[in-house]
Amino acid sequence: MSAAQNPAAHDGSPGVPATLSARQLARRRRRDSFLRGWRLFRRNRSGMLGLVVLALFALVALAAPLLASAEGLEVTKATGGVLEPPSSEYWLGTDDQGRSVLTLLIWGARISLFVGLAATVISMVIGTLVGLVSGFSSGWAGAVLFRLTEWFLVIPFLPLAIVLATVLGRSLFNIALVIGVTSWPSTALLIRSQTLSIKERAYIERARVLGAGRWHQIRKHVLPNVMPMVFANTTLTVAIAILAETTLSFLGLGDPTRVSWGSMLEDAFQVGAITTGAWWFIVPPGVCVVLVVLAFTLVGQALEEVLNPRLKGGRAMMIGGGGGGGGT
Amino acid sequence: MSLTTAPTAVETPRPRRRSYGRYVVGKVLGSLGSLAFVLVVNFFLFRVLPGDPARTLGRGRFTTPEQLADFNQTYGLDQSLPQQFVTYVKNTLSGDLGVSLRYRVPVSDLLLDRMWPTLLLVGTSTILAAVIGVWLGIRGAWKRGGAFDKISTGTSLTLYSMPEWWLGLLLIAVFAVGWGPIPGVFPTGGLHSVDAEPGTLSGALDTAWHLTLPVITLTLAYLAEYSLIMRSSLLDELGEDYLTTARAKGLRDIAVRNRHAVPNALLPTTTVIALSMGYIVAGAITIETVFSIPGLGLLGVEALEVPDYWVLQGTFMVASAGVIAANLVANLLYGLLDPRVRT
Repeated sequence: MSAAQNPAAHDGSPGVPATLSARQLARRRRRDSFLRGWRLFRRNRSGMLGLVVLALFALVALAAPLLASAEGLEVTKATGGVLEPPSSEYWLGTDDQGRSVLTLLIWGARISLFVGLAATVISMVIGTLVGLVSGFSSGWAGAVLFRLTEWFLVIPFLPLAIVLATVLGRSLFNIALVIGVTSWPSTALLIRSQTLSIKERAYIERARVLGAGRWHQIRKHVLPNVMPMVFANTTLTVAIAILAETTLSFLGLGDPTRVSWGSMLEDAFQVGAITTGAWWFIVPPGVCVVLVVLAFTLVGQALEEVLNPRLKGGRAMMIGGGGGGGGT
Repeated sequence: MSLTTAPTAVETPRPRRRSYGRYVVGKVLGSLGSLAFVLVVNFFLFRVLPGDPARTLGRGRFTTPEQLADFNQTYGLDQSLPQQFVTYVKNTLSGDLGVSLRYRVPVSDLLLDRMWPTLLLVGTSTILAAVIGVWLGIRGAWKRGGAFDKISTGTSLTLYSMPEWWLGLLLIAVFAVGWGPIPGVFPTGGLHSVDAEPGTLSGALDTAWHLTLPVITLTLAYLAEYSLIMRSSLLDELGEDYLTTARAKGLRDIAVRNRHAVPNALLPTTTVIALSMGYIVAGAITIETVFSIPGLGLLGVEALEVPDYWVLQGTFMVASAGVIAANLVANLLYGLLDPRVRT
């Protein structure tokens, strides 16, 4: 910690005091590269915009009990009329059961974000593990895993998710599981190609010569290097997972006991909110989905630009070609 | 490309390039493997996972033990698992996909019947989206950072983040039901009017009128992806030396773009479009639901409600086979256009 205040820490190796252990050095290096990445990220305007939008939605989801009483979700305690247009009492009108659409929207944020994140964690863990092993091991295990990834890649996502959701039953956990186990192959392929290129680097060979086992090589050398890619890919996967949750819920495969943005839209569609012109029941949930998914996509793209030097070069060229329009 | 990789590229001998014939054989074999995998998944998904197949396959439909035994025998469910698998593979390969519990007709007939609306809807949308998307991508990338680029990229990203069926709902609300001063001129759903005569010109026009909104919806949904990919692959080409050479030769800007940069940038886009043709069923599921078009997607969704497992299984089979076929086509096309991938 105290090293952070030491100005000498920044000006390269000659100034580094000999008292620092290897671990401290590694930690400092990581922190520096994180700060460097953050500075680059902060300069990306659309990425920052996405981050702000995400922070707002996360805040709403966390503070849902403070913003709207959970009682507003119960059909039996509904106070409004059927499909009432927006008023001073119900800012976004009411649904077919007389519940406030705004309350549903706020609580729906929790479910939609939770399912999106949970599915992403499952997808990332499977994808990263399969990608690492299939890229690193040159034996039969790698070949089998690679084939498996390719096979799963050709199974169309939505039909498989629908079939799985039907077979497993409709619950919050199952829908996250279904999205998770159907969306890992692209991550696995990405991690695999990264692993393949990292595997050939000199420091891996050196570690191997020094007697490092396979798991040590993967854990200590390959994984830290693919982590940034995993991170950028995660943000993009959340976007896809939230879209998938919305679509599956819309098709009636979500948890029937919970309100999510997708299930709101299903309700709206089933009760004919479109033909009756109840736009306040259709537009807000969709807008929320678009905002969150777009925000995750923008952040993911900005992260990719920061973490992928090739793209960064392209970007620099782009700005240079535009006559420095960004303004230094 | 970059300075760091250049020396190694010189040192390593060029990998021997395979002939196109061998490349094709390899890809076809790979596709057959994928098809076999899908067959296996299909079998296990519906027979092993849920426990008792007779109960899940015919949920609550068998009132007497005789009916149950009859059902079990018809589908070979009284056999052992490996035997069942053999029966299943034999049946599937000979085109017997079971009988729909709901419609009481063979699933294969049902699938063939419902395929045409889906092909019409998704095919038209894909072609429109490809043409418009590629054009948008080219314009955006060539004048990158300009007003056109900013607007089209922003729109594409927003469309890309949108559930396509929600866009469909909005379009129905505005253009089919009518909203404010806008009158509802398009039908809210279906493939044709009740009194339309199929096969005549007025019947065809009627179908076109019904398909306008769904086609617009799907076109917008696909277009977003195509234009983003075209834009980024053209941006990748812009730094290449051959473009500088072309300019140095004195070619006009438009010629550099259309004759040199675009053909190369089209490669990845072609693959993506070919691949997305495979997602025909998947893409049609939600749009057909929203617009109630009697295609494969709606068939699958309706089968969910019963649940009509044989139909679900058949739809899943067709959907996967479509992706595998499109994958193969994309790979063969790419191998033909870009010999470098044949290594």
